[in-house]
Amino acid sequence: MQRIVVERAGGVPVSRRAHVGAVASGNLEVLCEPAGAGARITVETSVDGYEPVWRATLERFLERNPIAATIEINDFGATPAMVSLRLEQALELAR
Amino acid sequence: MTPALLRRSYVEATPRERIEALADTGSFREILDPFERCSSPYLAEQNIVAQRDDGVVIGRARLAGRDVAAIAVDGRFLGGSIGEIGGAKIARALERAGEGAFLLLDTGGIRLQEANLGLLAIAEICDAVFALRERAPVVAVIAGSVGCYGGMSIVAALCSHIIMSRVGRFGLNGPEVIEQEAGIGELDARDRPAIWRATGGIRRVEQGHADTLAGDDLDELAGALRAAFAAEPNRERLSLERLRRCFAQEAPA
Repeated sequence: MQRIVVERAGGVPVSRRAHVGAVASGNLEVLCEPAGAGARITVETSVDGYEPVWRATLERFLERNPIAATIEINDFGATPAMVSLRLEQALELAR
Repeated sequence: MTPALLRRSYVEATPRERIEALADTGSFREILDPFERCSSPYLAEQNIVAQRDDGVVIGRARLAGRDVAAIAVDGRFLGGSIGEIGGAKIARALERAGEGAFLLLDTGGIRLQEANLGLLAIAEICDAVFALRERAPVVAVIAGSVGCYGGMSIVAALCSHIIMSRVGRFGLNGPEVIEQEAGIGELDARDRPAIWRATGGIRRVEQGHADTLAGDDLDELAGALRAAFAAEPNRERLSLERLRRCFAQEAPA
């Protein structure tokens, strides 16, 4: 099990909480909450050794969506494509 | 009947969507949602990532105007297994239920990683079902892709009414456990038609182990749930006399 944290300053706060997904095979749970300033994404994943892939995926998401939010990800071996889709889904509900 | 393409599938819906579709529209209020972060403290020690609601959704809802406890097990997380936290959520929701409860069971039973704590939780849940069913309907719905097995199959069997879909399966031991314990001659766990013939919704309703059969359709299941709440509890299914007759019928000659 591995913990990864990605942070980025600035951004527009999301307006409400959103919860999507599940800790199921090839899937992930995303909890998105409004934050005053900056984005902070915390990942807990059951698959070790993919930190560079996680960083690339999450940094790209924050680049495209400059939000201020606290996001928690609980992952059970989701692919980067799945991670991106879940993040977009959470953002759609939280905006 | 709704045409296939317009049907809203129960299997495809998440636990919260299932509750919302089955209860009166807009009436569901979740208790201990994922943001409360009541998750299992034992899984991280075993290198397993926890889900923030511990795989159990509880809350209050209205059903045909009644104030009821709504409970759903999330079959996606660790096979819908029941650990200490999820089990306590179910037991407390049943204990505080007003005019009845419905349980959407999609579960393999006790969570092996939490062993005795899961067993204790099942005992508490059984106790709560016994107490509640004396004064109000307690309805189990078994229509998810996991089915309902292990300790939670005992909980379902205690309910005043059981609704199953053709997708649902219901038994004490799951197919893999039977194959492992009794040998492949008894049951081949890969033989899916055989599993559904023995434990699927159609068979269980035929046998009288479950009361109502429905399709994989949220609207149809919502109708069945209302009918179950309006009906008298099935004392016949709950009777020891019927169990004795079942054993006598099914015993090998």
